[in-house]
Amino acid sequence: MSNIPSDLKFAKSHEWVRVSGDTAAIGITDHAQSELTDVVFVELPEVGRKVKAGEACAVVESVKTASDIYSPVSGEIVALNQPVADNPALVNTEPYAGGWFFKIKLSHPAELNALLSPEDYKKQIGG
Amino acid sequence: MLKRTALFSAHQKLGAKLIDFGGWEMPVQYTSITDEHLAVRNAAGIFDISHMGEVTVSGAGAESFLNFILTNDIRKLASGEGQYTLMCNERGGVIDDLYAYKLSAEVYLLIINASRTAADVPWLKSQWEKFPQRNEVNLTDASHNYSALAVQGPLVKNFINEAISGASISAMRVQCVTDLKKNQIGGFHFEHGCILVSRTGYTGEDGFEIVGEDAAIQHAWNKILEIGKPFGIKPCGLGARDTLRTEVCYPLYGHELDEETTPMEAGLGFFVALEKGEFNGRSMLAEQKANGVKKKCVAFKMTDKSAPPRPHYPIFGNDEKIGEVTSGTQSPSLNLGIGMGFVPPESAKPDTKIEIEIRGKRFAAAVVKKPIYQKS
Repeated sequence: MSNIPSDLKFAKSHEWVRVSGDTAAIGITDHAQSELTDVVFVELPEVGRKVKAGEACAVVESVKTASDIYSPVSGEIVALNQPVADNPALVNTEPYAGGWFFKIKLSHPAELNALLSPEDYKKQIGG
Repeated sequence: MLKRTALFSAHQKLGAKLIDFGGWEMPVQYTSITDEHLAVRNAAGIFDISHMGEVTVSGAGAESFLNFILTNDIRKLASGEGQYTLMCNERGGVIDDLYAYKLSAEVYLLIINASRTAADVPWLKSQWEKFPQRNEVNLTDASHNYSALAVQGPLVKNFINEAISGASISAMRVQCVTDLKKNQIGGFHFEHGCILVSRTGYTGEDGFEIVGEDAAIQHAWNKILEIGKPFGIKPCGLGARDTLRTEVCYPLYGHELDEETTPMEAGLGFFVALEKGEFNGRSMLAEQKANGVKKKCVAFKMTDKSAPPRPHYPIFGNDEKIGEVTSGTQSPSLNLGIGMGFVPPESAKPDTKIEIEIRGKRFAAAVVKKPIYQKS
């Protein structure tokens, strides 16, 4: 049974968002990491890059495939999680904690309302 | 509608993630490709290879027929021995790579790639039509009659005799399965019928491949998993099969081999017996042996920290594109990106610096000797 924390918002493409003031941390869900298994490489965007909601801005590679990560919200990349770049397995072991990818300073906080609640995400993945 | 092997329900029960491989619904992994890969390197793994094809060739003319259509010298085989070999077209291009076993004086078994069975069988039939002594050659596509599995890993020899007991009754005569030497094949009594066991594999580890009728292979799958359990055996999917064979630089048809690539270009000249006389593709292969090839299959390791190399990624040398990756992955044993690809001969020496382009950026790599992974 996939873990879906109640304090997060979710994108249809399996990214999660943890809001803290005017910034948000982004990662991929427990469901997503268990589909991928064996994450061997994480490619993070550059600090300072401006992204739009839905834009591909990072890559997660498992042994078998490369998957794009889409920013669920618009804004500027302000921080990267270097430990996950150094130790990609964190995506599998701690998808909501140590496995976060980057932080965004939100340019359009209203976009958060368009994201999925934990209950809606749970329905989407068939829970 | 995808085809399913006789072990399909076993894969479902084990919770396998299933994918389409060459029209077959096959397990790509059961738990994790890395775990399955390391189980084979350190203990034991079992693979469903029932999707592969089996062709029997028998009769007084079988040996000369096979020696004409295959590159290796089949006359080298005693009863109960097999050899890796290739089947080429008249231009020396590879139609398939395969194993050929001599089961007895006039009976041979070919094990061919799943993805090539549909191409190989018509080719074999057309070659048989042209063969002067074809009335002394019986050729049968027996693929739908057989299932198969592979059990591979350093600990397999510690439990396989308990799973498949007794002396062999045909082909190579041995007292027990582990008395089979590399490339030898024996027939053994087993529940639900006889099985053929060869000491061969596609992983670079010691192990066996087992061919038999569906019920026998279903029984063997369960029995081997049960007896191998205390040794740490794991069911392994096509994902691990691919990372294992890439580490030891075994070619995969459709990647390192195709109809426009010769065995010489792929680095498989050892399996081409030019001296045996005429065979399909001989003149091109002899010419390449004498004058060299225009492209060479090399192995490489990433030397920059990077995402894993993957098939079709461009290879650069001195700022120019010089080739493409044919197989690539993150090596679970070595924890770095590895792969194979074709480059011009002048860039093929080990230690040659190359670059692999990954999503528009180039990362440093180096040509290395094959195999990339070797047991210490």
